[in-house]
Amino acid sequence: MSILEIQNIHKSFGEHKVLNGVSLAVEKGEVIVLLGPSGSGKSTVLRCINGLEPISSGSIILDGETITAPNTKWNKIRQRMGMVFQSYELFSHKSIIENITLAPVVAQKRDIKEVTEQALKLLARVGLTEKQNAYPRQLSGGQKQRVAIIRALCMNPELMLLDEITAALDPEMTREVLDVILDLARDGMTMLIVTHEMAFAAAVADKIAFLDGGVINELSPAKEFFENPKCDRAKKFLDKFKF
Amino acid sequence: MIKVLPLYIKAAGFTLLLSAIGIFLSFVVGIAVSLTVYCKVKFFSVVAKIYIEVARNTPLLIQLFFLYFGFSRIGLRMEAYTCAVVGLTFLGGAYMAEAFRSGFESVDVSQKESAQSLGLNFLQVLRFVVFPQGLSVAVPAICANSLFLLKETSVVSAIALADLVYVAKDLIGLHYKTTECLILLVIFYLILLLPISIYMRKLEKKMRFASHGV
Repeated sequence: MSILEIQNIHKSFGEHKVLNGVSLAVEKGEVIVLLGPSGSGKSTVLRCINGLEPISSGSIILDGETITAPNTKWNKIRQRMGMVFQSYELFSHKSIIENITLAPVVAQKRDIKEVTEQALKLLARVGLTEKQNAYPRQLSGGQKQRVAIIRALCMNPELMLLDEITAALDPEMTREVLDVILDLARDGMTMLIVTHEMAFAAAVADKIAFLDGGVINELSPAKEFFENPKCDRAKKFLDKFKF
Repeated sequence: MIKVLPLYIKAAGFTLLLSAIGIFLSFVVGIAVSLTVYCKVKFFSVVAKIYIEVARNTPLLIQLFFLYFGFSRIGLRMEAYTCAVVGLTFLGGAYMAEAFRSGFESVDVSQKESAQSLGLNFLQVLRFVVFPQGLSVAVPAICANSLFLLKETSVVSAIALADLVYVAKDLIGLHYKTTECLILLVIFYLILLLPISIYMRKLEKKMRFASHGV
């Protein structure tokens, strides 16, 4: 059974239709990268899965449970999915360690000692142990994003949703962030990733879902998609990245 | 002149006490009202908005007259002191509510979303993200309102409360030393307000640094 199943979801902002029937199944341990031109609805798919945008119709099923039902307790559901944003969104008034431990302690009601221990392990894993008591403003963009990733990981999520997490970073910082994600993929973390980094997509993805006009035009294994895309729209899209 | 100093000091004490109570209660009312507006609580948010507009767009003096003379006509007799506290709170609560609301609304949607996406529920997002971030933004406005309220207490002499203005007017009537009495009045207000004003400026800087690092 898929860990996450998206069934024919539609989403409109007023008159503007963003998603026109997106369906996708994510297996446990699978990494799917959503590619597509700007405005194709990639980020909206992630935001719908996380309940930040209510969908107009369709359903989303997490581990057998329909999470788009009207009585969904979103705060409980969200504790099972880690979401990382383009602009990091660390809490500016809290130190790095507080940023990481806040949700596990407050939302998941876990013991602060145990959470802190886990947080320190995660910080060490991304090489930021010495920043534990610093504030977000004292960190570089790449460092902030690595903290945002482990902040999500500290919730022990079943899957991760990454929304253009390197779009605001220079190439060097992009690399340090993407290395963390590649590492996670090797560990078998289930991930749904929106990115514009083609080389990264090729390296990390099991499958590529190509979105255009609010629908998935193609869903192929990564290698196949980059070497021999099936749909014309994807061919044109990939051509734009060649010089 | 020295003889009147104790009278001024006593009146200053009253002004300070009245202000402190008024500011504290305004604070409490302000937070409650701003939260109903910010959280768009059904019905109550509309009442809160009407209250804010009425309180902010009528002078305190008129509000006091209303409480002191108007309410006693319909059988709601309050002591002058109670009227002053209620009036100050009525006015101050609305100003404080606006200060808090603008602070809460300055918190980025994306900061709230990131807290939500971490599984915090509505109240937890409010308590751990919106409140601390919004409060630090609201501090300058809250400080300004506090000074404003302290100065506004100068109208309570109109309902026969012995604050600084009342004492000064009284002494002018008794001794005809208008200039001296008024200068003393100004000096006493400055003695009350300047330290608070300086302290608040420091507090603002501190809060800014704590939340934004600049």
